[in-house]
Amino acid sequence: MVGYPSHKDTLSAVRGLIEGGADIIELGFPFSDPLADGPVIQHASTISLEKGTKMVQFLSLVRQIRKESQIPLVLMTYTNILYHKGYEKFFKLAKEAGLDGIITPDMTVEESKEYLKAAKKHNLDTIFLVSPNTSKSRLQEIVKQTTGFLYLVAVFGTTGVQNKIQSYTISALQNTKKITRGKVPVGIGFGISTPSDIKSYVKHGADAAIVGSALIKLIEKTPSAKIQSAVAKFTRQLKLSTK
Amino acid sequence: MKIKFPKDGRFGEFGGKYIPETLVPAIEELEQSYLKYKNDSDFKKELNYYLTEYAGRPTPLYYAKNLTEKIGGAKIYLKREDLLHGGAHKINNTLGQALLAKRMKKTRIIAETGAGQHGVATAMACAALGLKAEVYMGYKDTIRQKLNVFRMNMLGCEVHAVKAGSQTLKDAINEAIRDWITNVKDTYYLLGSAVGPHPYPVMVRDFQAVIGEEIKQQIKDFGKKTPDTVIACVGGGSNAIGTFYPLVDTDTEIIGVEAAGQGLKSGHHSATLSAGTKGVLHGMMTYLLQDSEGQIQETHSISAGLDYPGVGPEHSYFKDQKRIQYVSATDKEVIDAFLMLTRTEGIIPALESSHAIAEAIKLAKKKPKSDTIVVTLSGRGDKDVEVVQDYIKNSK
Repeated sequence: MVGYPSHKDTLSAVRGLIEGGADIIELGFPFSDPLADGPVIQHASTISLEKGTKMVQFLSLVRQIRKESQIPLVLMTYTNILYHKGYEKFFKLAKEAGLDGIITPDMTVEESKEYLKAAKKHNLDTIFLVSPNTSKSRLQEIVKQTTGFLYLVAVFGTTGVQNKIQSYTISALQNTKKITRGKVPVGIGFGISTPSDIKSYVKHGADAAIVGSALIKLIEKTPSAKIQSAVAKFTRQLKLSTK
Repeated sequence: MKIKFPKDGRFGEFGGKYIPETLVPAIEELEQSYLKYKNDSDFKKELNYYLTEYAGRPTPLYYAKNLTEKIGGAKIYLKREDLLHGGAHKINNTLGQALLAKRMKKTRIIAETGAGQHGVATAMACAALGLKAEVYMGYKDTIRQKLNVFRMNMLGCEVHAVKAGSQTLKDAINEAIRDWITNVKDTYYLLGSAVGPHPYPVMVRDFQAVIGEEIKQQIKDFGKKTPDTVIACVGGGSNAIGTFYPLVDTDTEIIGVEAAGQGLKSGHHSATLSAGTKGVLHGMMTYLLQDSEGQIQETHSISAGLDYPGVGPEHSYFKDQKRIQYVSATDKEVIDAFLMLTRTEGIIPALESSHAIAEAIKLAKKKPKSDTIVVTLSGRGDKDVEVVQDYIKNSK
């Protein structure tokens, strides 16, 4: 989460992720009303906003990271933030800064016409989410629109709610893979926090695992000076479990 | 201009469904079920039975003679939704949706509430129909409307106080949506205002349109084809759209009144249509109170029920179409109107409804005696007497 606990700490965490071997970095930009998020990301968003985080700071963070690494960077935020800036105008700025893609959890394919047009124009990936209850026909529609990867929401719930691995999640993963047929990678996220979670999902076909709240919790309890090394260590463990 | 049921869920550019993918199947199921039952004769018969025998419809259209004479202008009529069971118009919608939820075989009902009126109306409808209800309410609202928290508890409904964000209606909606995402299979989200993703704005409007339909009939008894003016308060806008919708294709002048709080310039208000800009919140494209970064702003109103930074998308549409005029009333004007109605007519209005009364008082003075103004008195004010007392004490 950009600006949480501070802008300096976000950069340290990003450096730790790169060092630990992350394949893609998802940067959360705070929204006042994050309705798909659980308590951990809600709290991080609130604090970040209280500290005055603005979009210019996000863009300068992206530019800073780009000076150090070519790792793929995707932004996760809510529709209103993007709509308010103007899809076209913001995507242009974001691409120039070095962003690669966008995840918008409250953007449905039905409402995405302008959004997709603007993203396409500026060559940004639009990563859509699917859920275990998404119908087959709808899944096919979403697979057509998603680029970069497809984000499979592992559980019925908000982000960060930890659970045992559910059998419905495994079926959803297998069904999703049947429809994507290798055309686009499938990343799985929500409630994933341990190497053993990742191992199981990878075994059942996940191409990537997305870890958010667990990482924020780690950053929260780690002193600033040690964030980079702690994040690197955690990332290394997670990465190892994908192999 | 009237849009009965938008297939794409949009009123012009407003509305739509901006929701997490997990909710899409639930919203589609809701839309299908609503379309199936809204014209079903058994459903209509059952709803009508409960509206009449349980809720107390039709409500009177009362000529407020004393208030009219005191002001000395146009005749003021009150549409007495405050006389409904539970004390507000909210029961029109909760009965409709609870009956729908039952037909959809949902076993658990969740709702959000601001002032508590929708929560109470949900708790009542669910008790009457044998459904289990849980209500999310902003922590700040549980304090200022604690009477309604007791009522919900007594009705067998669990109330969750939401401590996130501004701790008001907006945050209660966020939390209800999160609950819905988590329990999507067996849970029905009984949304209380004409807001949210399609089909909620249309469905809530249809269940509330009984207000405007009755006004159209009842005004004939006073020798008028249609009222010259109708006025209702607008938070999310359910009593207003229910009043206005049946009249938008007549010549009636239509005015929605928002909460100007401490004044539009003070920044402490919730006058979304008067001062907002377009954006996306709670699943809909509509006017919002937001800052230069697109973050939703905290709002203020003396009435918890209007304390909301968004507004129903159909209101945004009618504003841009210039069919409905949206004005606002300050906390002070609202208290004055509350006291004036209480003392002249012996009717204690809800603070929400007092916004509409305040506008009627301003407007009646400027209109000839032959004109008729109908004001929707959306709820009774018993829940507000403490807030009013405190306001008066503090302003002395």
